[in-house]
Amino acid sequence: MPPPLDLRGLAGDAVSGGAAGLHAPKRQALWRDAVQGTILGGRRASLAGKSVLIGVSSQFDAALAMLELDGVVARMVITPPDFTSERLASAIAQAQVEAIICDDDVKDFGVDVTRVRVSALAPETEPRPAATETEWVLPTSGTTGAPKLVAHRLAGLLGAVRPRAAGEAAPVWATFYDIRRYGGMQIFLRAATSGATLLLTEASEPLADHVTRMAAAGVTHLSGTPSHWRRLLMSPEATRIAPKYVRLSGEIADRAVLANLAAFYPNAKIVHAYASTEAGVGFEVTDGREGFPAAYLDGVGGVEMRVVDGSLRLRSRRTADRYVGRDDLALADADGFVDTDDLVERVGERFFFKGRRAGTINVGGLKVHPEEVEQIINPHDAVRMSLVKARRNPIMGDLIVAEVVLREHDVSAEQKRAVKDEILAACRARLERHKVPVSIDFVPSLAMSAGGKLLRGKA
Amino acid sequence: MSIRLTVLSVVENVAAEQEKTLTPLANDTVLANSGLDSLCFAIIVARLEDTLGVDPFTASEEVYFPVTFGDFVALYENAAAA
Repeated sequence: MPPPLDLRGLAGDAVSGGAAGLHAPKRQALWRDAVQGTILGGRRASLAGKSVLIGVSSQFDAALAMLELDGVVARMVITPPDFTSERLASAIAQAQVEAIICDDDVKDFGVDVTRVRVSALAPETEPRPAATETEWVLPTSGTTGAPKLVAHRLAGLLGAVRPRAAGEAAPVWATFYDIRRYGGMQIFLRAATSGATLLLTEASEPLADHVTRMAAAGVTHLSGTPSHWRRLLMSPEATRIAPKYVRLSGEIADRAVLANLAAFYPNAKIVHAYASTEAGVGFEVTDGREGFPAAYLDGVGGVEMRVVDGSLRLRSRRTADRYVGRDDLALADADGFVDTDDLVERVGERFFFKGRRAGTINVGGLKVHPEEVEQIINPHDAVRMSLVKARRNPIMGDLIVAEVVLREHDVSAEQKRAVKDEILAACRARLERHKVPVSIDFVPSLAMSAGGKLLRGKA
Repeated sequence: MSIRLTVLSVVENVAAEQEKTLTPLANDTVLANSGLDSLCFAIIVARLEDTLGVDPFTASEEVYFPVTFGDFVALYENAAAA
C-alpha cells in the first residue's frame, strides 16, 4: 500500500523557485512558508483523526487550513461562505463534526461545537504525525433544504490535475470562484500542487480591485463560470488583463460568452470544462464551440460517458465516493455512473447542453432545488401550493420563479401584494439570495400527475 | 414611456428590491460601478423582456456585453427598432 497522498507534501514538492504563493487582498503567503507553517497555534495535534468543519470567512484562511489539515484530520467539511446557520447545523450533524475551524467567536454555526480560532501563519514547532487519508466533504444543494454532503478523496480531486511540464514557467492562476466550491477547489489544488501563484479574492473585494491585482501579478490562467465571465466582460477592467488560458465551468458555456471571450482575448486558449461536485471533473472542450464532440461518448481522458433518457452520466476515478450521513442515497447507478441531471441533445457530430432535468436549477453556477424554495413558500396561511421553476436568463443562465395557488379565489390585488411581500420576506430570511424567486405569479391551479404529484416538466 | 425611461425605472425598482444603493445613472456610468451585481442585471433583463417584449442578449447572433449604462440602453433601443 503506498502512503496516502497528502496535500502539504505535494505542495512542498512542487515549490521550485520559492517565489510562488497565495495572494489575497491584504495578505499573502509563499507556498514554502505555508507548507512549513501553522495557523492553528499548537492545536493541530488535538484535531488529529477528527471530523472538522472549515468555517473561516476568508478564502485565504480556508486555503491555509485545508493545506494544514489534509492528512491530519479524518474528515474536512468545507462550506461556502454564504451558508446559512440552518445549513451549517445540518452539515455539522450529518458529518458528525467535532471541531470548527473559524476566525471569529460570534459567527452562528447553528449548534455549539468546539471552536478552534485560526491565527496568523507562524513557523511550525510541533512534529507532524504520519499522514492519514482525509475525507474531503463538499456540500451540494438538497431537496429538503438540508445540504447533501459529497465525499471525495484527494486522489480523486486531483484526478484531472496534470503536473507542469518540465521547463514550463509557473502559471499565475486566478479564479472568480470561491475555492470552497468544487470549481474553485480545482484551481486551488492545481496551483498548490504545481508551484503556481494563486490570486484569491475575498467577498468584500470589488471586481475592479481584483482585476487590478490580477494585472499587477501578470495573471496567465483564469477560471470562472460563464456568469463570472459575463460580469468581467461588462466591466471596463477586462482590457487590463491578457490571460493565456481562459477556463469556464459550472454552467452551460453559450455561444455569446465564448465568442465574446475569443474576441476579447484573441491570444488565449479558451476551454470550457464539464464538472460537478458529484461527478468531479468530466471533460474539457478546447475547440471554442458550444457543447462537445459526439466522439467523447467513446471515452475521453479517463472518463466514460453515457446518455440515458437524455441525461448525461459519467464514470471516472474523479467522481465522488458517496454522500456522507445518507446511506439511503446512492451517488452513482449500479454501474458506477453518476447521473448529472444535465440534459444533452445530439445534433450531427455534436452534443449540446439543453439545461437541467426538472430536478435542479443552475443559477450562475449554483444549484437550487425547487423543493427547498417551495418549502419556504407553502407554509404561508394563504398558500395552497406552489411550483418553483427555472426561467432561462442570458446573464445568469437561470433564474428562480414561482407560481403560487392561493387557498381563496376572491383575493383583492392589495391582498395579493401583501401575500407576495410576506412570501418574499420569508424567502429572504431563510434562503441564500440566488434562491429567492425573482417573480411570484398567482395561478388558478397547477398541473398534477395521476399520482397527485406536481408536474414539473422539463426545466 | 421612452425605452430609456422604462429601463431606468426597472433598474431603480430592482435596486430597491435587492437593497442595493444605486449610483446616479448617466450614459457614461460604468455598470460595474452602479452598485448592482450580476443577479440584479439578470433580474433587470428578465423584467425588461416582460415589459418591452425583447431580450437583446438572445435576440441576435451578434451579442456584445454592455459596459456603460448608455451601452445598456442602446441595446434595448436597437433591439426595439430591429
